[in-house]
Amino acid sequence: MIEILFFFFAALAIGAAINVLVQKHVLYGALSLILMLTAVSALFILLRADFLAVIQVIVYAGAIMVLFVFVIMLLNLPVDEDGPDRLRWLKFLGIPLGLFFLFLVVATLSNVEGGAAAQARITGDAEAIGRSLFTDYLLPFEITSLLILIALMGAVVFAKKDL
Amino acid sequence: MIEYITRAEFVMLMVKIVMIFGGVMGALAYLTWLERKMMARIQMRPGPTRVGPYGLLQPIADGLKFLFKEDVIPTQANKFLYIAAPVISLIPALLSFSVIPFGPNLQVTDLNVGLLFIFAITSLGVYGIVLGGWASNSKYPLMGAMRSSAQMISYELSLTLSVIGVLMIANTLSLSQIVASQNSTWFGVIPRWNIFLQPIAFIVYVISAIAETNRLPFDLAESEQELVAGWHTEYSSLKFAMFMLSEYANMITVSALATIMFLGGWSGPMFGPDWLQMILPTVWFVLKISLFIFAYVLIRSTVPRFRYDQLMRFGWKVLLPLSLANIVVTSFVVAIS
Repeated sequence: MIEILFFFFAALAIGAAINVLVQKHVLYGALSLILMLTAVSALFILLRADFLAVIQVIVYAGAIMVLFVFVIMLLNLPVDEDGPDRLRWLKFLGIPLGLFFLFLVVATLSNVEGGAAAQARITGDAEAIGRSLFTDYLLPFEITSLLILIALMGAVVFAKKDL
Repeated sequence: MIEYITRAEFVMLMVKIVMIFGGVMGALAYLTWLERKMMARIQMRPGPTRVGPYGLLQPIADGLKFLFKEDVIPTQANKFLYIAAPVISLIPALLSFSVIPFGPNLQVTDLNVGLLFIFAITSLGVYGIVLGGWASNSKYPLMGAMRSSAQMISYELSLTLSVIGVLMIANTLSLSQIVASQNSTWFGVIPRWNIFLQPIAFIVYVISAIAETNRLPFDLAESEQELVAGWHTEYSSLKFAMFMLSEYANMITVSALATIMFLGGWSGPMFGPDWLQMILPTVWFVLKISLFIFAYVLIRSTVPRFRYDQLMRFGWKVLLPLSLANIVVTSFVVAIS
């Protein structure tokens, strides 16, 4: 049963992600991205990480993507025809970078310990995540919050030229 | 979270789902009657009187009418999204009832992140409004959808932040445990409800909840005088009914959450024989929710609508700082005691 659910949501996530890339219609692309994020959150639930799953939906699907959709609607962009290709260099960079990413994925997967023992140790509840964020991963956590603060201030500076 | 359940448990679960779903759908239908009747009395009109005694069969007549009306799809609309939008708006609204504890045992599933689940699900509901307004391909719906998404993003912040104080006191995210944490009393008479510990959070929550559900005085998304009917101008028949149902369902959800977090959920005086003790918690819960619904209708029929800049200023410069200050003060108190 769990396997069926896993393959269903994994296929949904991958299909939606591919659709984000090939879709010419901007709004459909954004909606596919939402579908992809929701499918990934379902995968988190299958891993018993309900807290992460819910946060994924709240932060990405519920907050960030609403802003994306909002901006797309505000600009009301025409459907993107094949215009001047400004990302010409990406074609040549994309292949080695993609291969490098594939290598990273394979290297990580080969180091993962599998089986029931690993599954039993996974705790995805709010308490466990909070504890590890504020003890083992305190420095990365604080640096990330600083980064977000800088981005926030940058947005304010851009929006209001004369403060 | 995924466990195999026995046949008896499965049957119990199905019974609960049918009870809650049926109860909620019935309540939704009669909310329309209650709102029309109450508003009419406040404005010194009789309200619905023709269908059944006191117009009590009016919701059924309305439902049948919705069913038989012609379903119009504008020719320039984006057909796929136009049809999907009411569904996207109704499903999250109904899904959130799956974690609300209507009584000690009347809860479909007790997630340990129940509160966050409701916030996640309701934050998806805004897509229904936004896409409905956009897919209609008409200027008034688009204006309504834009306003509504800006408003919902702004008020979702203070709504979510206002409950953090309660979470710090209750020390849990599970809705049934939040209720259980308020089950005792002070001096044997005053119930230990969070409304007495978190009055500011309560006020912020109730105001943001009205804005979240797009009700007057915050119904800028559909303000009739400027935008015809806002984001659902082009909708008719059952699709319009689905939008309306989801608005009422959201109303019940935010009222139920307010009851759970600030008024002690299903807790209340227990007396009488066993069968009475079985249903009393649910009765208290429904009564407390009705209190909020009455307040909603009263506010709708007495308070004029905000202007758009007033709405934004109020959300960002009053409610948000208030809820942040509340978090700081509460965390100090919790840390000291």
